Parts: sequence; C-alpha cells; structure tokens
Amino acid sequence: MALVLKNSSAALNQHSFSPYADNGGSIVAVAGDDYVVIASDSRLSTGYSIYTRDQSKLFKLSNDSVLGCCGCWCDVLSLTKLLEARMQMYLHEHQKVMSTPAISQMLSTMLYYKRLFPYYILNILAGFDNDGKGVVYSYDPIGNLEKSKFKAGGSSGALLQPVLDNQLGLSNIKEKPEAITLEKALNVVKDAFISATERDIYTGDSIIINIITREGIREEKLELRKD
Amino acid sequence: MSSIGTGYDLSASQFSPDGRVFQVEYAQKAVENSGTVVGLRGTDGVVLAVEKLITSKLYEPGTNTRIFNVDTHIGMAVSGLISDARQLVENAKTEASNYRSQYGNNIPLKYLNDRVSMYMHAYTLYSAIRPYGCSVLVSSWDEVDGPSLYMMDPSGVSYGYYGCAVGKAKQAAKTEIEKLKLHDMKIEDLVKEAAKIIYLVHDELKDKQFELELSWIGKNTNGLHQRVPLKVFQDAEKYAKAAMEEDSDSNSEDM
Amino acid sequence: MNFYGGTIHNGFNDSRNSFGGFRGVDDYNFQPDIDRGFITRAHTPLTTVTSVLALSYEGGVVMAADLVGSYGSLMRFKNCPRIMRVNANVVIGASGDYADFQYLQQIIKQKIIEEECLDDGISIKPRALFCWLTRVLYQRRSKFDPLWNTFVIAGLQDGQPYISCVDKLGTGYEDKQVATGFGSHLATPLFREAVENKPLPSKEEAIAVVKKSLEILFYRDARSFDKYLLATVDSNGAVIEEPQLIKPDWSLAALTECP
Repeated sequence: MALVLKNSSAALNQHSFSPYADNGGSIVAVAGDDYVVIASDSRLSTGYSIYTRDQSKLFKLSNDSVLGCCGCWCDVLSLTKLLEARMQMYLHEHQKVMSTPAISQMLSTMLYYKRLFPYYILNILAGFDNDGKGVVYSYDPIGNLEKSKFKAGGSSGALLQPVLDNQLGLSNIKEKPEAITLEKALNVVKDAFISATERDIYTGDSIIINIITREGIREEKLELRKD
Repeated sequence: MSSIGTGYDLSASQFSPDGRVFQVEYAQKAVENSGTVVGLRGTDGVVLAVEKLITSKLYEPGTNTRIFNVDTHIGMAVSGLISDARQLVENAKTEASNYRSQYGNNIPLKYLNDRVSMYMHAYTLYSAIRPYGCSVLVSSWDEVDGPSLYMMDPSGVSYGYYGCAVGKAKQAAKTEIEKLKLHDMKIEDLVKEAAKIIYLVHDELKDKQFELELSWIGKNTNGLHQRVPLKVFQDAEKYAKAAMEEDSDSNSEDM
Repeated sequence: MNFYGGTIHNGFNDSRNSFGGFRGVDDYNFQPDIDRGFITRAHTPLTTVTSVLALSYEGGVVMAADLVGSYGSLMRFKNCPRIMRVNANVVIGASGDYADFQYLQQIIKQKIIEEECLDDGISIKPRALFCWLTRVLYQRRSKFDPLWNTFVIAGLQDGQPYISCVDKLGTGYEDKQVATGFGSHLATPLFREAVENKPLPSKEEAIAVVKKSLEILFYRDARSFDKYLLATVDSNGAVIEEPQLIKPDWSLAALTECP
C-alpha cells in the first residue's frame, strides 16, 4: 500500500482493487482405520458481515472422497468446479473413479500451477488410501501437501488444531495411544468447533459433518452460535 | 450437361470460355433436388412455407426443420443441403447479434440480406472451396418498412420479392404464386395459400412423404418471427387438402 | 482492510504457521502500480447504484431496487432501472457501477434472444444464470479488470423460490434472502427475521418487509432514492411493476413541516 500512497493524491481517492477476499470458515478432518470424518462450519462472511449462515464448505468428489475448502470463496468455487471437471475427464479416460491418493496429487498440481497467482484456499481432503485406511491430506494455497490422520485449518485452524493434537494425538501425555473410535472422533470434532466458535467470529452458525465409511457418506448437522 | 469433361467445372475460381462458373451452377442443381420452399409477402406480413421431404420413416417428426429464427424479428427458410444451410443460419445469427451490440437495434433485413449474400458470394471466388449448396429465403416485418422478403441463391445473388419459390417444384409453385393478388392479401390468407401451394406442387409419385412447415411474421405477431400456431396450421392444412380434392375432381371431370 | 489483528489464534496472518493459515490478504494486494511498470487496468466505479433487496416468500420471490444513479455524492441520474427480467422464471438486479451493469445486460439480452431463436422451449433457470455470472465475474477479476457490480439473481428454480448473489470477485452464494450494498447492513436483519427458523412469509408480508426496508434505506443511505422498482417472480411469471414512490414519514424530525 505504501507505493500507492506516495504516488499522488489521486491514488488516495481510488478504490484499490484486490482480487482476493477472506470469507472465513474452518475445516476439521479426522481419519480412523475404517472411517474418515470431515467437517466444516457453514458461515460465509466478509469482515463483520455474514453473507450467509448456510454454506457448506464440503465438496463430495466421489463416494469415498470429500474435499473441504475455505478462504477466498471465489477461488473455492473456481477450483472445485475445475476439480470436478478434471475428475470427470479422468473417469471417461480411465473408466474408473479417481482414488483419494490420485485426487490428492492432482489437487497439489492444480494449486501449484497457479503458483504466481494462487488460489487463496485452505484445502483438506478426506478419503481412503490405497490400503483402504482412512487418510487426510492437507494443503497450503500453493500446493504443498501433507498426509496425516487428523487436521484442522481455516480461520480457526490455530484454535482447533491443538485440541486435536491433545485429544487424538495424545501429545505430551503419558498414555498409550490407542485407535480412535468413530464416536470419539465425532465428539472431538464437535467440541473443537463449539469451542472455536466462542472465540473466532469467522466460524459459526452450524457445522456440517460428513462421515465417510465403506458403506458411503453420511451427513450430520449441528447448530453452533449464530453471533 | 455439355460442360462435363471440358475441364472448366472443377473449380469455382475459373470461368468457362463461354463465361460461366460451373461449380456455382452445380450448387444450384443441389437446390433444385431439394424440397420446395415458398415465401409470400402480403400487406401486413410474410409467410414462409417448406415442403420438408421425409426420406425415411425412421425419422422422428419435427426434426431437421428447415425454418429457423435468425433473430426475434427475422425468419429464414432454407432449401438445398441442410448442413450448408445451418452454417448460413449461424452466419446470419452472428451478423444480427453484432449489429445489435453495435447499434442497439434490430438489424434491418435489407442489411442482413446484403451481408449474408456477400458471404455466400465469397464462396464462389476461390479454387479451394465450394459454393453453398443452398438457397435461403429471409422474412421480416416492422412498423416502418412493413413486410420484406428476400431470396439468396448459391451464386450470392439476392433480390427482394413479393412471392418467391425455390427447390424441386419452383416452376409450378411460381405459376401458382402468380395467380395470387399478393399486394392486397392479408397474412391469414397467405398462410392458407402457401400451404395449398406446397400440397399442390408436391410430387406424390417421386417423393412419398413430406412434412409441411409454416412460419409467419407480421403485424399480428408484433414483428416476431414464429411458427404458426397449431390451430392456424391445421386450418391451413385443411384448406390445402380441400383445394387438392377440388382440383382432382375438376381434373376427372375434364377427362 | 485486514480484519485479523495478528493475535495468536489467527490462522490467516502468519505465513509460517503450519495450520494451513494464509498470509494476510494485504500481502497479496496486486494493486498494479505505474511506478512498478505495471499497466493499471482495474478501474473505479463512476456512476453507481446502491442496494438491491431480494426476499423469498411462499411460492415466489420479491426484488426491489431504487432508480437513482449517483456520481460520487452527486445525485446524477434519476431513472436508472436496474432490475432486468430475464424470462418468466428469472429476474436479476445489480448494484455497483451502472455502466458495467448495462454492458452485462446487453450480453444477457443477446443470450436470451439466442435461446429463444432455438425455439426448443428451454429457458435458462436462475441457478444456471448464477453459475454463469460467477464465471464471468471471476474471469474479469482474474484479468484485473473487474465488472464493479454485485448481482442478485432471483426467481423460481424448478418451482421453488430461489435467490443468489455474485460480487465483483465472483464470490457467489445462495440464500433465502439477499441485500447488497447498504442494504446488507440495514435490511438483512429484517429479512433474516422474516425467513429464519419459520415457514416462508406470504407474498404480502414479504413485500411489506421489502418496502419497509426501502424506506429505512431512504432515511439512512445517502445514495438512495424514494423512487424504486419492485419485481416479483412466482406462478404468475416474472413481473416488474411500474416505478413506485416511498411515502416517508418525517414527523419525528424537528424543524420539518408535515402536512
């Protein structure tokens, strides 16, 4: 901005145009051996205004892959539309639905392709790996990806992640980690969101949870604070 | 076909010694093999009628139509190769669209006719391409200029008409049109006469089946080109068939 | 503007945090600057129009927008209709730059003509138009040459009330109610009260809420006007009514004479 200011007084009166917006939102995903849960809040906002209280940020890509996106919503719409088209092309070319690991790699490539004008999005992809176990892939806006068992991101990323580390990762606790049950995962996800909503104004209204198992995808909804 | 084998009919870019461009004439032949198309212009509107020949019973009714909307206020009826004709319709649509984006008004038919016939003419000049194998009739009506009807042929020539016919039975159809007093006929009567002419000139022996297509544009349609409503269509068809009966009755009496 | 104060729980402002947060939005401000040798393409809005209001009711939707075109703070044009009938199922309304709206209006009109020419009985539905608009606006923002508008699309999607909104970046969302511009602050609370956690209001109730909102906007939004267009889309088709006048009540104000 400094460059614009020193330019002239005319520049002061100009509306500066930024191609990006921060529309908030948070995503949490937890993977178990035979399930993955992924959840997003449903608030779409800009600054102090709420655009809508009912916008899911989860995108069902296949019967066992769900992508959660938040950040700059216009980029989210564009990326997910392109991703759906690319998956359709893969389906027609290979006569099979893309696996979660295949999607994870393609998504990384698609994000890095826009390295010099990035999609301003936080992506978390939930699905099953090639061994049939639950997996979570998370990305930065330019395509760096990390594979893990649980992940939180978005406007409340820094509020949600420590809860997961403590409750699911059992970090710094002298307790033998055991397999996380679906019930435990769901409870942690819900509690994490309820807590984050208390402090982050960009997360709230409700959460939409997708529970992915080998039987398919089940959806749950939970109301959150509306303020 | 005295021209065949003389070597001057292989390219549209060469004249024959007696000053003809055979490729263009062959293109006109393509039109003469196609179903008859009739256009009638009266006091308050224009009617287009098409004898759409059905070459197989396996075709679905109402498909491969030969009357198109170029814009809300312009109709186009085509005779000849349907695929060539569709390209001309696209070209005309683009012209109409460009005119509107430039001037914010409907394109005048006179101007559209100039543009499309220039485009067709361009295809008669080069060796690498062939002329369009179709003739098209375009119709329009507006409050200021009243009704207008033009016909363009594969050579790129076009004229304005009161009544016009192209295709297989164009001679017979023209004879019928000449019997009409077009300059004081209303559009409602034109529809019936157009249908009658199509039925009359249809050759039952050579072409078994056909579908009649009828469209109109005029004061009654608010200057919008549209297919005639079902009721009007049925009445026109009834009128045409009745006229046919009468005709065959009088013919048998003569004998 | 950066709404994140850089506190520890802020995932967006710290480029080094590992929670998938972003760098601050301003770090990526691509404001082209002649000093830096870029060509400036992003323009500024000139003649602007203010809020568009849209609210669902049982069986349809209502949309309203006033008729003034402002040139900065100057009330420049007094007849700028900005609700457009697309077909029997859709209307769109625009706020922001009026020239950009007229440009897009031309394109949409030509789309409708081409659709009608096909004569196949198919007409564009509101969600399809919404999706198309997000693509057009996103492409323009990506070229740093945005159409400076917020569009509201309202109508019937397969018989159900439908409202959505697209801004100059291509940000799009659907809801039961939308209010743009100043209306997003003043009308949204009234609208949400009318549609949240209960069945949709009746047509009369919805129109009353919209008219009340227009009145409030007329009192408080300096760029608003008392003459407006109101459109409804329901089983009777898409109807834009003749311009109407807000009947303001200034009796509360001191030093004004009320008849």
